[in-house]
Amino acid sequence: MFYREAGDFKTSYRDDGQTFPIRLDRWGYYAVLAVAFLVVPFVIDSYWANAVLVPFLIYAIAAIGLNILTGYAGQVSLGTGGFMAVGAYAVYKLMTAFPGVPIVIHIVLAGAITAIVGVLFGLPSLRIKGFYLAVATLAAQFFLVWLFNKVPWFYNYSASGQITAPERTILGWAVTGPATTASAKYLICLTFAVVLAWIARNLTRGMVGRKWMAIRDMDIAAEIIGVNPLTAKLSAFAVSSFFVGIAGALLFSVYLGAAEASEAFGINKSFLVLFMIIIGGLGSIFGSFAGAAFLVLLPVLLKNLLVVQLGWPTDLAAHIELMIVGALIIFFLIVEPHGLARLWALTKEKLRLWPFPH
Amino acid sequence: MEFLYASEVLVNGLMAGVMYSLVALGFVLIYKASGVFNYAQGVMALFAAMTLVGIMEGRVPFAHMINAAFGVHVENFGWTVPGLLAILLTALVMVGLAIAIEKLVLKHLVGQEPIILFMATIGLAWFLEGLGDVMWGADVKVLDVGLPQGISETVETVTNNWLGYGFFIDRLDIWAAVIAAVLVAALVGFSQYTKQGRAMRAVADDHQAALSVGISLQFIWIMVWSIAGFVALVAGIMWGTKSGVQFSLSLIALKALPVLMLGGFTSIPGAIVGGLIIGMGEKLFEYFVGPMVGGATENWFAYVLALIFLVFRPQGLFGERIIERV
Repeated sequence: MFYREAGDFKTSYRDDGQTFPIRLDRWGYYAVLAVAFLVVPFVIDSYWANAVLVPFLIYAIAAIGLNILTGYAGQVSLGTGGFMAVGAYAVYKLMTAFPGVPIVIHIVLAGAITAIVGVLFGLPSLRIKGFYLAVATLAAQFFLVWLFNKVPWFYNYSASGQITAPERTILGWAVTGPATTASAKYLICLTFAVVLAWIARNLTRGMVGRKWMAIRDMDIAAEIIGVNPLTAKLSAFAVSSFFVGIAGALLFSVYLGAAEASEAFGINKSFLVLFMIIIGGLGSIFGSFAGAAFLVLLPVLLKNLLVVQLGWPTDLAAHIELMIVGALIIFFLIVEPHGLARLWALTKEKLRLWPFPH
Repeated sequence: MEFLYASEVLVNGLMAGVMYSLVALGFVLIYKASGVFNYAQGVMALFAAMTLVGIMEGRVPFAHMINAAFGVHVENFGWTVPGLLAILLTALVMVGLAIAIEKLVLKHLVGQEPIILFMATIGLAWFLEGLGDVMWGADVKVLDVGLPQGISETVETVTNNWLGYGFFIDRLDIWAAVIAAVLVAALVGFSQYTKQGRAMRAVADDHQAALSVGISLQFIWIMVWSIAGFVALVAGIMWGTKSGVQFSLSLIALKALPVLMLGGFTSIPGAIVGGLIIGMGEKLFEYFVGPMVGGATENWFAYVLALIFLVFRPQGLFGERIIERV
């Protein structure tokens, strides 16, 4: 009844091409942003920040990154964990080497460094395709994690082999280190997530994004109609790794505070992010958020249900979680390969006609 | 002496390669017959080994969950099952698993892109991993079906007499090599000389053409997944005896991937040769280069080798040439 495009007249190309063509969507989007920026920081406590919101935002960034590579450009990568590690170690080296420079610049630079590494490991994608490439990206995963474990320069020769984030502030507020408040953690992650999602959305609906999708749908055909596979594939790797690198930098510096490469950035991270985009929806920015929310919330919910309510042991709950995630992956691939994003779109489609379907 | 050391490393690498090949074989079988790149092969090996131990020790399936849900305390049925019978029972379980996978997963994904099927098997891997842990518990289990273990004295004495230096070779590795050879011979014989084997090759060539001459896709797929289950069982027994039945067993699947990329996804000899090259290469690399860069190069050497190799020959050593048309 309220969800209508009727009466919302588009008088310019600009209006016609906007991300949220329906007025209610637009308002909803602004309302979500307003609540996220103006209300949540004041009510958030450290449980919600650490268990739900901060990991959700960080994984959403990583999922957008992988979605650009896998969902838009069609290059499956199992090296996400390794690239997150690059971001984390890059931001650590930068933070300790140049303490005077603002942390935000460090995080963006860490993303840029990851982008360079991503392009290097993306080079074979010009020759090998499909799951051959997926397996080849495992080389990045294992090699990078090994590198960060074995070369002491990366962890500043610390005795434990761990990297620990020193305290850094923005406008007098600590955003890294042990003194960080829940709302500061949340706000910096939120800002990055919103800005990066905005960039991703606008990249993917422009010329670059259309080139990526042409490569995804059939790379030989795309090449014939004039898309350069070299620049298209490598730019997808660069942008994707940039996002993933920032997610890794935030995960280490803001969320974890201390990390060890093989533990925090192992192969399971790669799969986790891949599952997020499968469940959320391949080739959708909203899907990246939805998938991240789903897989961050699922363990929390299961833990509350099985451990707190039923009193089952935690290891059993963890195993059941594995089963559920695995079954869900198969379920989504069979029933709805476009994931939660597609379900959401279908709901909206239904809602436009509701309650008078004729 | 240096040379003898290196050749000992080489021989041990070859033996390790045989173990990789065992897992890689299962991949090739399924890939050839159904075009599915089965990431879950390693977890199937783990699951088979867990089930085998569980049956042998007479553990109650889902004991952990039953105890938690009903507040009872059950662990064991109180009997033990002899190894051979337990292996047969486990093989039955693997056939059941194959049927379930065909009915619940593959049937619904016919005609999807290979990469979607690949991701579905990743989901399957997680599910099986969770299922194995819930059914039999996540503790490290000892598997002993009576395979000989420990240093082979015969080899040591013989090499000592010939070369003046005794080679250290695990008897289990020798057995693994023998079993792998028998397995490959049996599989090749099966696919070349039996009716079902011919049907399997027909399905691998062209699903629709096979259907049109009256071959049941469903039956062939169940058969292939069952065979892959047996291969997983053999690999699970070998690896489980060698290093205990535990989660890390499923990671050998990841090691089998570069083996496949080297050998080519569609070739049974390729899986063997690829396994030998990887096993040999990573042991030699660790021996010569490892000390210079801090060791543990085995984690990534196989992948990087496969990656570099693929750039020059995308279909692998023995794979069919990839032809693409618009």
